[in-house]
Amino acid sequence: MPSQSKPEWLAGTYAKAVARNPERAPAFRTTGEMALDPVYGPEDADGGNGALGFPGEYPFTRGVQPTMYRGRLWTMRQYAGFGTAEESNERYRYLLEQGQTGLSVAFDLPTQIGYDSDDPMALGEVGKVGVAIDSIDDMRTLFRGIPLDRVTTSMTINGTAAVLLGLYVAVGREQGVSPDRLGGTVQNDILKEYITRGTWIYPPGPSMRLITDVFRYCAEEAPRWNTISISGYHMREAGCTAAQEIAFTLANGIAYVDAAVAAGLDVDAFAGRLSFFFACHNNLLEEVAKFRAARRLWATIMKERFEAQNPRSMMLRFHTQTGGATLTAQQPENNIVRTTLQALAAVLGGTQSLHTNSMDEALSLPTENAVQIALRTQQVIACESGAGDVVDPLGGSWFIESMTDRLEAEARDYLKTIEDLGGAPAALEQGFQQREIQEASYRYQRQIEEKERIIVGVNDFTVSGEEPPELLRVDPAIGQRQVERLRALRAERDGAAADAAIAALEAGARGADNLVPLIVAAVEARATLGEISHALRRAWGEYREIVVV
Amino acid sequence: MTATHETSGAEETARKIRVLIAKPGLDGHDRGAKIVARALRDGGCEVIYTGIRQTPQMIAEAALQEDVDVVGLSILSGAHLELFPRIVEELTSRGLDDVLLFCGGIIPEEDTQALEGLGFSAIFRPGTNTGDIVSFVRDNAPAG
Repeated sequence: MPSQSKPEWLAGTYAKAVARNPERAPAFRTTGEMALDPVYGPEDADGGNGALGFPGEYPFTRGVQPTMYRGRLWTMRQYAGFGTAEESNERYRYLLEQGQTGLSVAFDLPTQIGYDSDDPMALGEVGKVGVAIDSIDDMRTLFRGIPLDRVTTSMTINGTAAVLLGLYVAVGREQGVSPDRLGGTVQNDILKEYITRGTWIYPPGPSMRLITDVFRYCAEEAPRWNTISISGYHMREAGCTAAQEIAFTLANGIAYVDAAVAAGLDVDAFAGRLSFFFACHNNLLEEVAKFRAARRLWATIMKERFEAQNPRSMMLRFHTQTGGATLTAQQPENNIVRTTLQALAAVLGGTQSLHTNSMDEALSLPTENAVQIALRTQQVIACESGAGDVVDPLGGSWFIESMTDRLEAEARDYLKTIEDLGGAPAALEQGFQQREIQEASYRYQRQIEEKERIIVGVNDFTVSGEEPPELLRVDPAIGQRQVERLRALRAERDGAAADAAIAALEAGARGADNLVPLIVAAVEARATLGEISHALRRAWGEYREIVVV
Repeated sequence: MTATHETSGAEETARKIRVLIAKPGLDGHDRGAKIVARALRDGGCEVIYTGIRQTPQMIAEAALQEDVDVVGLSILSGAHLELFPRIVEELTSRGLDDVLLFCGGIIPEEDTQALEGLGFSAIFRPGTNTGDIVSFVRDNAPAG
């Protein structure tokens, strides 16, 4: 066998071939603008200083569990919720009957931002992008017939995460399930709300306190609960690159660990309950490498910077959702294929749970048929593709290892920049992450418009005269029904008890007590989510957006 | 689309078209609004972007204060049929009934007629080329 180095091959055989027939593009780049060589070899991949390691062992590049999907498949968790608690409860029971293995609750925007359904700010928004929850009455209905000790529930809730956790604990108690038997996740990641997702309520300081209160409460009362889902998803959807997604997410993670340690918590007492949430977009191999790089980087940070002792504290466990921003309104059936590629990348990257988007989500909330296809996509990958039968099957690929190293290095550079700006909260108050995301997003849009990137059905392979597909429409009368229910609750509850619980909460917010037990007491006294949030607004004020264009 | 505003002799002294890009309602999906704001700026317009969570009153007030020729609304939460009529009302009550109105986001086809009835001259949905939005604004903005 002739021994030849990669530079020799590039200068020889490859250069001759390209001279004869130019490649179809002058350069090949990932979506994150990394230049790609035509081929990769052993000289490109040192697997993070030669320490590729094994699954279930530090630095967890190859997966957090030794057996991964050979032991148990990932959790198939479809994010759902709309209209009233009754309707969402029906959809959850349908999904569980269809073989879904965990619940994921979508709340409407007033619930996410701390407004009751009858608040003037809630006009037109009640029940639209998720379910409306005003009080314990709605929460009880939402989980009717679903034993909370038998499912795990993920709640996409941030500004009001402590309130929804309180409601879940209270409904659990009504069902006879104590908090220590509850399993699930609250997103509870406020920093990315300031950066991009936008459901902030209070300024960063008190918001971080509320988050550490949740950490402490769960460490003591609900040890199976994932107290936060540190999310890159929304920043990626807003347009950042894969390396930025890793960096901005882990920078936020560092800020939460810093805050909890500063609040007196022992790192190993809470770090094992931190979880993460990433997007998965179309560039399959870049995405697989992204997940591996994120795992290795977080493990290193937890061990070296925070001196965690328990390996569990070093494991980056994550949920993945396929990329909503990659879906096209044109030829929506093509989105099934995009979602399949993305879901496969998430599985090859070692996700712990997965949401697959429905084909019609560039047009509206998904119809039941579209949701079923999305779930079936995961089931086909799980049962038919064989992708889950070997742990980290792409590990050792020179290209994957090289890409993993490069993404990790680029993310480290960003982490250094953020550190120099004073950490993630200080950096976002200077608009740093927002500006980076905005630049990447605009660059991507220009590339599409100049046809440097082809999006099938959008800027190439288009068809004219498409028939609009059948869409789900949320009944506009839902808002009115929800308001009536809320008024009835206010009329029939013990008003003095609710007022007293709200007063105690407001006093607590001005002091230093853990607010979660006070919130549980308030929801049990049938105080509403809006009343609770307004009490905290009175104590802490509201955040003002830093607008970066 | 070009980065510089091409002007004919008569327009040489005319001021730039002033556009307010606003996000009514509670949704934080501002990727599209920011891209449109930036494309219009690159296309030679003077653009004011409001940020998220703007009430109808805040939007109309900003349009008045900034003396804009064009108002573009971006919404992805599905609250457009409730919020847009209020915004039009607030604009009208401030004497701003001659501004050019357009909107974009997740807006079902079947709502087109209702929005046209309210005075929206264009609806830009996912997959739109920003060049089309810039041309639309340049061709239709009322003479300043």
